[in-house]
Amino acid sequence: MNETPLRILIVDDETPARRRLRELLDDCAVQLPLVVVGEATQGREALDLLASAPADLVLTDIHMPDMDGLELARHLLKLAHPPVVIFSTAFHEHALQAFDVHAVDYLVKPVRVQRLLAALQKVPKLKPLNGERLAQLPSNARRFLSVTERSRVVLVPIEEVVYLKAELKYITIRTPDREYLLEESLTKLENEFGARFVRVHRNCLVAREAIRGFERRLNNDGDAHWEVILDGIDESLPVSRRQQSVVREIGREVVID
Amino acid sequence: MRSIIRQRDDEPGLPDLRNLGTILRVLLAVNGAAALVGFARASGVGGFAAEWTTLAGVVEPHLLVELAILWVLAPWLARLAYPAAVSAIVAIGVAIGIGIEAFVGTLVPQNGAVYLTHTLFTAIATLLLLGYFRLRAKALSPAISEARLQALQARIRPHFLFNSINGVMSLVRSDPRRAEEALHDMADLFRVLMRDNRELAPLADEVELCRQYLELEKLRLGERLGVDWNVKSMPGDALVPPLLLQPLLENAVYHGIEPSSAPGTISINIFLSRAEVHAILRNPYQPDGARHQRGNRMAIANIRERLALHFDAEARLESRVLADAYEVHIRLPYRTATPPQPADRAQARAPRADAGPSSGARRAGLRLAGALRS
Repeated sequence: MNETPLRILIVDDETPARRRLRELLDDCAVQLPLVVVGEATQGREALDLLASAPADLVLTDIHMPDMDGLELARHLLKLAHPPVVIFSTAFHEHALQAFDVHAVDYLVKPVRVQRLLAALQKVPKLKPLNGERLAQLPSNARRFLSVTERSRVVLVPIEEVVYLKAELKYITIRTPDREYLLEESLTKLENEFGARFVRVHRNCLVAREAIRGFERRLNNDGDAHWEVILDGIDESLPVSRRQQSVVREIGREVVID
Repeated sequence: MRSIIRQRDDEPGLPDLRNLGTILRVLLAVNGAAALVGFARASGVGGFAAEWTTLAGVVEPHLLVELAILWVLAPWLARLAYPAAVSAIVAIGVAIGIGIEAFVGTLVPQNGAVYLTHTLFTAIATLLLLGYFRLRAKALSPAISEARLQALQARIRPHFLFNSINGVMSLVRSDPRRAEEALHDMADLFRVLMRDNRELAPLADEVELCRQYLELEKLRLGERLGVDWNVKSMPGDALVPPLLLQPLLENAVYHGIEPSSAPGTISINIFLSRAEVHAILRNPYQPDGARHQRGNRMAIANIRERLALHFDAEARLESRVLADAYEVHIRLPYRTATPPQPADRAQARAPRADAGPSSGARRAGLRLAGALRS
């Protein structure tokens, strides 16, 4: 029978580790048709590569600068055909217990060729990782939010986000330049990035750094409420009555600025 | 194993009878006891003064004469087994007491009961004091500081070991010679890591170890890791605790280089200034998560404690965040294996201050280590 080769992307920040994996994959190629579509040194590069060279499997290191393996796996789910992800790490850390619990496959470096081959042979039967389970693995907060636009994954660095606003089914991500639509839950985002954002309204999280100050405004019915004045963009956001303590908490910090 | 520990030749026993601290403690304790006795016997404040004067008249001559005699006999007493030395000291105390009472008796006639109370007081006070010194010595014993030192021995990150093995494996097929070189570096590094590291070692050895370590890191990090050595004027013969710098460099790589995909440089600056050795390590500062910082604080605390055990207050370790760099500055006294002063006796008397644990403790430590291994 004529199998189509398994397309593999290697992601690791260490050159020798990538070279070693290539050697091992060459060894595996004798028994299993495969092709290495590329190598990336970190997650962001991997996403760029995948846009032009799709893969069935991403073999990624966990610890990498800029974007680590776990974050990469979460962004990969935004692709139209998400690849299977197998993680690799040099040390059996406590964190990996969680991988076992959630049945997420990983390889421990140095990797034995038999172990790698066994993992590769399972790939066609595997489904892409489940995003909910991935989010439960112990990891740092993501550095990027990812949205799909014209079948491409677009990364929005979390530092650029001015506010996140829930509207109907989507969340609007506002950066100084433009808006993006994201399909996630505001509460989960608040849990993940709680240190960076503050909730000013039931449907709105604002980056603490982007708050210039607060302004008292009169409503049409004569009542008054607070508005957040933002840095960088000419917009303001209402502070709900329930979140008014935010004005006192942050207002003081801003005055000192 | 247990018997080896018991046979240790530095088992806490007699205090150093020539040490100012010992003498002060004895003076304070005996005078305190005399004051208490005087207080118990006195009726009213005026009575206390009278009692105190009478007691001091007996206690002080005895105390000063005894301390002087013990000072002279200290080397001989130190050679005796502990029970024999205790008996000797009690006997000396009692003899001095009888002598003083006999001398006072020639001036003022007194009854025989005085001899008995004086002798009993002397014997009990001596035994109590010796007991106190023995407890104190046990609490501060080298066995305990050595155990602390051993617990503090630097541990390498397993992460580094497995990444390095993986790195070497990637060279085996393409560049076997470089793989050999890397394995030699690893062997040297681990030989130092696994050995008994409680003694001070020359700074030059530590720097060589650091070079080998950084070579291994370069193997896997390549261009991302730059190293700027500035050690031309360092005193290579200065004695330092082994693995003083390597764990700090490991932190520098882990916190300063690995989290960034942009190349970074670690700088190492070691020099001698006014009889102090300075080592200044700098790495790019990455304001990363708290997850990383905790490991670093532990390593710093570990090295700080090892410095304190070896050099007490004479060594210092400071760390701070500069504009975009993290800096660790270590200062320690310039000590060498052969001190510049030819005073052999002074050296023999205070080897601990000069070169860590005494040779006896060192031998015992080695024996202990051997027993643990077998």
